[in-house]
Amino acid sequence: MASFSNVLEIDGLTVSYRRGQKSLDAVRNVSFSIAAGQSYGLVGESGSGKSTLALAIMQYLPENGLVTGGTIRLGGQDLAALPREQMQQVWRDQIKLVPQDPGASLNPSLRIGDQLDEALCDGNEARDELRQRSLEQLRQVRIADPERVAASYPHQLSGGMQQRVLIAMALARQPSLLILDEPTTNLDVTTEAVILDLVRDLVHGQRTAILYVSHNLGVVASICDRVAVLYAGELVEDLTPQQLRRRPLHPYTLGLLDSVPRLGQRAGVDPLLPIAGTIARLDALPAGCVFAPRCPIAQQLCRDLRPELEETPEGGLVRCHRWREIAAGMVDARADRPAAVASQNGVSGAASALRTEALVKHFPVRRTLAEALRRTPARQVHAVDGVSLQIGQQRTLGLVGESGSGKTTAARCIVGLVERTGGQVTLFDIALAPGLDRRDAAVLRRLQMVFQNPEEALNPHRTVGDVLQRPLMRLMGLSAGEARQQAGELLEAVRLSSAYLDRTPGQLSGGEKQRVAIARAFASNPDVLILDESVSALDVSVQASILNLLTELQAEQGSAYLFISHDLAAVSYLADDIAVMYLGQVVETGSAEQMLHPPFHPYSEALLSAVPRIDAAGPERIRLPGDLPSAIDLPSGCRFHTRCPRLLGDICRTQEPPWQETAPGHRYRCHIAPDELTAMQVSSGEQNGWPRREMGEASR
Amino acid sequence: MSRYVARRLAFLVITLLLTSLIVFVVTQWLPGDVARVILGREASEPALAALRAELGLDKPLPLQYLSWLGRFLTGDWGTSYSTGLPVRDLVLERAGNSTMLAGLTLLIAVPLSVFLGVVAGLKADKPLDATISIGSLAVVGLPEFVTGLILIEVLALRLHLFPANSSIRPGTGFFEALPQLVLPALTATFVLLAYVTRLTRAGVVEEMRQGYVRTATLKGLPRRTVVGRHVLRNALLPTITVLAISFGWLIGGLIVIENVFNYPGLGRLMTFAIDRRDLPLMQAITLLTVLVFALANLGADLLYAALNPRIRLE
Repeated sequence: MASFSNVLEIDGLTVSYRRGQKSLDAVRNVSFSIAAGQSYGLVGESGSGKSTLALAIMQYLPENGLVTGGTIRLGGQDLAALPREQMQQVWRDQIKLVPQDPGASLNPSLRIGDQLDEALCDGNEARDELRQRSLEQLRQVRIADPERVAASYPHQLSGGMQQRVLIAMALARQPSLLILDEPTTNLDVTTEAVILDLVRDLVHGQRTAILYVSHNLGVVASICDRVAVLYAGELVEDLTPQQLRRRPLHPYTLGLLDSVPRLGQRAGVDPLLPIAGTIARLDALPAGCVFAPRCPIAQQLCRDLRPELEETPEGGLVRCHRWREIAAGMVDARADRPAAVASQNGVSGAASALRTEALVKHFPVRRTLAEALRRTPARQVHAVDGVSLQIGQQRTLGLVGESGSGKTTAARCIVGLVERTGGQVTLFDIALAPGLDRRDAAVLRRLQMVFQNPEEALNPHRTVGDVLQRPLMRLMGLSAGEARQQAGELLEAVRLSSAYLDRTPGQLSGGEKQRVAIARAFASNPDVLILDESVSALDVSVQASILNLLTELQAEQGSAYLFISHDLAAVSYLADDIAVMYLGQVVETGSAEQMLHPPFHPYSEALLSAVPRIDAAGPERIRLPGDLPSAIDLPSGCRFHTRCPRLLGDICRTQEPPWQETAPGHRYRCHIAPDELTAMQVSSGEQNGWPRREMGEASR
Repeated sequence: MSRYVARRLAFLVITLLLTSLIVFVVTQWLPGDVARVILGREASEPALAALRAELGLDKPLPLQYLSWLGRFLTGDWGTSYSTGLPVRDLVLERAGNSTMLAGLTLLIAVPLSVFLGVVAGLKADKPLDATISIGSLAVVGLPEFVTGLILIEVLALRLHLFPANSSIRPGTGFFEALPQLVLPALTATFVLLAYVTRLTRAGVVEEMRQGYVRTATLKGLPRRTVVGRHVLRNALLPTITVLAISFGWLIGGLIVIENVFNYPGLGRLMTFAIDRRDLPLMQAITLLTVLVFALANLGADLLYAALNPRIRLE
């Protein structure tokens, strides 16, 4: 590395926020440097200070933020000392940011071409020439029809396409530093994979230095040359991806790794080890090591004395008093394993708790007056198109698919928030009415749902006690006093104390809110619980504890779960069975075990291949071209044929594929027979690193 | 788009029909006998009956409504009871005057309030913002007749800049009438000012927080380009809608201001018609005002859609 000149040098950087009279140090004494052509990953959960750090480097902190110590040097120039006019030059030519939310980062009222021209413009080139360069830039980020995209407004493009435009903008002037701030967090896994490939290729062999900020260790490890882990504003470890995979030294890094389910990891066999407690508040930082209150191996020294960042023999940096013991294998810095949960709850093949048969939900598209007069048939959005699911008692069915696949609409039809167009929903032996208003209290009691965003699902003006007591009184018929007592017990069940009863959602963290939302859903002791992306928005350590909580509650209460997520690893961790949806249809179902090994539906294969992983990262991955087709004008034949990497030919375009059964319970919808598909996929699977089938597991 | 306009126009016709029905019924319910109002207290019963027959007041109500509507649509708006003049000429003359006043008001109010709003928004929570907000609120807090009288006192009686009386003669053109239009237009501006300024300020504050402003700034664009090219076109959308709608109010709703300045607009004609229980005049003014309001609304929606690519009118 020494032969490279450093593009960015951060030295002893401290960034503070003024809050009232107080000044809170969100980033403390952070130093690192990035050489030309190097990519540096910055990993941390919310509150770690990673975004603050990125904004400080950009010199774009919010008004109450200020660099209070250290220097940020770009090519030797101290950015914090630059006046605004000169910083404008730096923004224009040297540092570029690719933000988290591509939709909000483009001006909704300007065409893409105009916004791109602006980033390229030097002030005096001819319009045509400028536009030609813009189109060339769009081609570089592999946009096939740059003319159309340039003439579009942002809302006419998909999220993935918007992000490509922003990347094109950022790379337009060959910046010396590119900062990517969670650039794929809001995208589907399949899109994320494509964007990550793009970033990897575009910067390969270039002199641009990259700072990649993310909460996802897998993403960072697959893209960066070095990874820094940030906790509560401090750099706690700095290492290579190889070291990260092989032997990270800081207990927090270990904790993060153990909090993320690996593909193929199962709750009943190999539970996640969440990090205890919550991140330290900036106004109440511990005196010693910032991680000590959550650290499984903290000693008195850790609580008294803040550790320094020390160099390891392998060239990494670690801020821990006990790293030598950890490196030597003398202590196990991993969290205690949670009490083993009696794993397999329900038995497959037992009576089903919830069943849908040919569930259909079509949303009408409004016809124009002329169309109505011409008697053009009304068009439909085929959100859910004949979905049959079955969840066994006390079992978990995972439902996976990209956004737009119809999984959330299916869930809403099941609970009755959306009235289905056709098909049957059966709870045990009760046929459920389409609408919630025609279902009686007993059905409501037995079928509950936890939503994706706890921020929106809880009324900010009601206390936690109110939220929990309401279902207890209305559905369980308890008196106010009984309900309050029961509410306290529910909180204990989700590992919160009954002191939370009188708090309002505003006083809770995101993870605590989701626990309350889960407690509310469990209040009526439901037989079936629908979890719609219920852990997706949470930090990984919180997500791990919620996933484990769900496993434990299922063992205690015996509820069946419909677990909906775009995250295949989380689904395969929790679910007994998995169904994959594409454009309103189920394309594959089977046990979680079956779903992780060939043969799989080509769409499932692509989903699996797109999951970013810390372990094995092979270049031979399957990528889906293009975006999800319209659910109004569905593709003919097999709905997946427009993007299928294993397309056979005309048969896929013209004929609906049959169900192929490979083993009892495992079916997929494709023209390719199981033997052929297995042969194709096993050979490519070796490069893709599918989870290895372990001895004994296959027969289970 | 054209389909959308066609549908909106169809709705507009239905709205007008409904309004005409309401106007007709309400004017029928008003206490007092029209024939007696016209002929006076001493009129003989046969004379009253003859006039009622002449005016068609002895026919059944639905028939009266239809024949009234038919005549109205063919351009015969009837004769004013109180002046004996054709209603159409009276109303259209006044409508022209109202349009001149509305036009000048918008010419003053739009640049002023948008400018103040943008400045306040960019300096949100700074002293300048507070000054603008408090100042514009103080002005709007005063009733129109008070601001009107203050303007007359200061600008007309003391400084002699503009005439205090705005009673222009029929047929006066815009530029000829301009000096007499200034004071009522200023008064109307004060009514709009605080509202439009605050709306613009809110729009600017909201848009300045958006991610695209960061993108634009980090392109290295100068601040005036970021604001002028990126922020304003989004921030001014609600303001433009409100201004278009306020046009309807400026045409038909300036009753107080027109009376304070003695300005011969539609509002003053309306008070005149109500005083004299002049039904044909009231009906015509009401319908015209509703038409202007509806068209202003439609115009606002079309303008909004034209400026906002996210809206597709179907």
